[in-house]
Amino acid sequence: MAGIPHDHYEPRTNGERWLNRRLPVVALMYDTLMLPTPRNLNWMWIWGIVLTFCLALQIITGIVLAMHYTPHIDYAFASVEHIMRDVNGGHFLRYLHSNGASLFFVAVYLHIFRGLYYGSYKAPREITWIIGMLIYLCMMGTAFMGYVLPWGQMSFWGATVITGLFGAIPFVGEPIQTWLLGGPAVDNATLNRFFSLHYLLPFVIAALVAVHIWAFHTTGNNNPTGVEVRRTSKTEAEKDTVPFWPYFVMKDLFALAVILVVFFAIVGFMPNYLGHPDNYIEANSLSTPSHIVPEWYFLPFYAILRAFTADVWVVIAASWITGGIIDAKFFGVLAMFGAIAVMALAPWLDTSSVRSGRYRPMFKWWFALLCLDFIILMWAGAMPAEGIYAIISLIAAAYWFVYFLIILPLLGVIEKPLLPPATIEDDFNAHYDAQTGGTHTIVKPAE
Amino acid sequence: MSHADDHEGTRRDFLYYATGGAAVVATGAAVWPLVNQMNPSADVQALSSIRVDVADVAVGTQITVKYLGKPVFIRRRTQGEIDAARDVDVASLIDPTAQNPNLDGIEPATDVNRTLPMPGAEGDAAEEWLVMIGVCTHLGCVPIGDGAGDFGGWFCPCHGSHYDTAGRIRKGPAPENLHIPVAEFVDDSTIKLG
Amino acid sequence: MKQMFSKIGVPLAVAACLSAAAFSGTVAQAAGAETHVEDIDFSFEGPFGKFDTLQLQRGLKIYAEVCAACHGLQYVALRTLGDEGGPELPEDQVRAFSSQYEIFDPELDDDRPTTPSDHFPKSSLDNAPDLSLMAKKRAGFHGPYGTGINQLLKGIGGPEYIYTLLTSYEDPPECAPEDFDGYYNTAFAVGGFPDECKDENGNHTVPGSWIAMAQPLYGDDLEFDDGHPSDIQNEAKDVAAFLMWTAEPKLMARKYAGLTGVLFLTVLSVLLYLTNKRLWAPIKGRKRH
Repeated sequence: MAGIPHDHYEPRTNGERWLNRRLPVVALMYDTLMLPTPRNLNWMWIWGIVLTFCLALQIITGIVLAMHYTPHIDYAFASVEHIMRDVNGGHFLRYLHSNGASLFFVAVYLHIFRGLYYGSYKAPREITWIIGMLIYLCMMGTAFMGYVLPWGQMSFWGATVITGLFGAIPFVGEPIQTWLLGGPAVDNATLNRFFSLHYLLPFVIAALVAVHIWAFHTTGNNNPTGVEVRRTSKTEAEKDTVPFWPYFVMKDLFALAVILVVFFAIVGFMPNYLGHPDNYIEANSLSTPSHIVPEWYFLPFYAILRAFTADVWVVIAASWITGGIIDAKFFGVLAMFGAIAVMALAPWLDTSSVRSGRYRPMFKWWFALLCLDFIILMWAGAMPAEGIYAIISLIAAAYWFVYFLIILPLLGVIEKPLLPPATIEDDFNAHYDAQTGGTHTIVKPAE
Repeated sequence: MSHADDHEGTRRDFLYYATGGAAVVATGAAVWPLVNQMNPSADVQALSSIRVDVADVAVGTQITVKYLGKPVFIRRRTQGEIDAARDVDVASLIDPTAQNPNLDGIEPATDVNRTLPMPGAEGDAAEEWLVMIGVCTHLGCVPIGDGAGDFGGWFCPCHGSHYDTAGRIRKGPAPENLHIPVAEFVDDSTIKLG
Repeated sequence: MKQMFSKIGVPLAVAACLSAAAFSGTVAQAAGAETHVEDIDFSFEGPFGKFDTLQLQRGLKIYAEVCAACHGLQYVALRTLGDEGGPELPEDQVRAFSSQYEIFDPELDDDRPTTPSDHFPKSSLDNAPDLSLMAKKRAGFHGPYGTGINQLLKGIGGPEYIYTLLTSYEDPPECAPEDFDGYYNTAFAVGGFPDECKDENGNHTVPGSWIAMAQPLYGDDLEFDDGHPSDIQNEAKDVAAFLMWTAEPKLMARKYAGLTGVLFLTVLSVLLYLTNKRLWAPIKGRKRH
């Protein structure tokens, strides 16, 4: 593996040599855990570990829940109640799983916005970024299908509405929707395949996570200064970095433990707060709830979906240019997926010569506005799409695109960035009075 | 290494061990629910003990109830059946043990050890009720009852095992007497299984 | 270390966590006609909340003698009436209570009396919803402005909603035609509403709407063995608490597990904080001021 120069695993005993010649698994673990990591990482760099934990939590609790769940429209709702009432500890496992999804998305949004602020997507980390976006898409698919499984009213109508998005695609939409559902409407076939895919996708995510980690282990972590680790020699590199184990493992585990205190408080004391009461009503294909609201983590993109109505001039223009093929409904779908697509294209849209937002005086403000925009979209997505809320949604949705498509490319040209520190070591020492330069006092982890 | 360093090292070690220990406890506490969820759930456990109303069972008849997925024969025997069962030399039986978990230890297969006494009943009345799991001890078929077989008890049609009026194996390939479930009379007309 | 917490990190983290909390899905219901739901201090609320066994027993009695005429509890097993953290009926009372219903047994191909391992019957009336999850499928509190803060402070308010509904039957307002279907309830937002009671803009001039269920509780509908008052407010509270138990029978076990988790993880956090600090000390050296 190319990357920052560091010590590699040396098998010492005969047994270790024997294993290493046949399967260098220890060497792989060593190289993964001993990755030289910029020593100036701040608390926004903990989310990777939190996300890894979430994936493990969801897979493990999910597997045990699947042992008691029945993916059939006649039994699904009752089997969830069986888990809640009869299975040993089932109620807690289910609440861990349902709230675990929320923790997963809190962490992933903070992880993404961390990357957007510190320019983690910029060269040479484009592939890490793209893989990350793929992981995020898979997470959305998994979460959406998982929400269908309890077969409550929101499950059913959420599935109906979201699969309806595919029906908006011109010409091929309806066959695709029918293919997705396995019939003309959400029914047993849909529930069964969603269960299968909900079980499969987390393992796809796990594989993508491995590639994600592989990619940034090659390029090295970004850091708050955006300055690269010096790679000319191991000695130079060690001035900028410390090994991931134990330094950042301990730091991240500390952060994880604090987050889990909050998480357990939510699971223990208010496990239904983030859910919707309507999902405790069994699905009824003849009666739609008065308001269909997706889970909170979909709300920003749901708001973008609904923002572009037929009376918005871009929609009218798009419809006129394409001769009506792109109508308001399809435009909304394009906007929703486009909102994620423009985020994925950030590495090529950002023209700034400086990586980290810390040294970009104008960017900071536009980025803060983007964070606010995201929260406003989330709020607007939960409100009825009418009156003032529709206008707010439209403005907020527009800013999302303006930020990525106009502000980000333009800022690189008009902005005069500050001068970042020459090295990570300089930045670190500016905060901490490291004894005698620090490097040789590092406790070697093998000891 | 100086003395001060030593002291520092001990404190550091203690902290590391405490943290490691707490992490191990946390992991253990997380693993147990994952294991325990596979144990029988409350609805399954609730079926491990059932009550059977036997008020309507007349002398010389029997009922079959389903318990833990298997048939259980509950027979109220006639005086003739009781006498026939008593007249057997226990030592000559294929399986001389009572196969009765309601008794302490392994007891001989006398009629009194095979039956379920109603509280307060004595003499013949104490041997009136026979409660057995209706599964042939050979290969698990359900024997035919109501005086079937050469010994007036039960007969397994699969491979021809004959059981007598106390459910003891007398002839055929089955190795053991019909098993008796954990059971007791909770009142004059109710038998609790399990 | 505090300084390492970048300037953007704090607001971003706070904002995202807050927004995650604030935009819980229930907010959209706020759009419907608002009715006032009173916040009741139930014994099972809060991190240390516990069900009041006697209250659950009273609620069970009200359910059995009043609600059960039309409604069912199809997800609740009769045996759980004896469970710890529930009404905790003694075993013989559970058996006696359990034998009062008839269910169809496919194995017998006939009806038979229920046993503790059976569930409560389903609703006997088509339009009477099952009550097993009623306390979780209704929200008493919303907003303000779609932020979900009220639910954070007061809870979701399912039992409060039940209480308010049961105590909000009133004589119909004068504007309503006499033969209008249903019963006027000031807390019920989604029922029928006569056009005569709307103004020229279609806005409702009176609160609530007309519900299909006749007033079930009038006060003094029954007597309690524990001598507890049976006025309508107390009856409604008791049955609301009982329905919270039927909706969330493992509430106490859950809170206990949550509390254990919180306390243990707090200790672990402190240990990890100290370990981390000790580990980094030689690298960071003295902090620069």
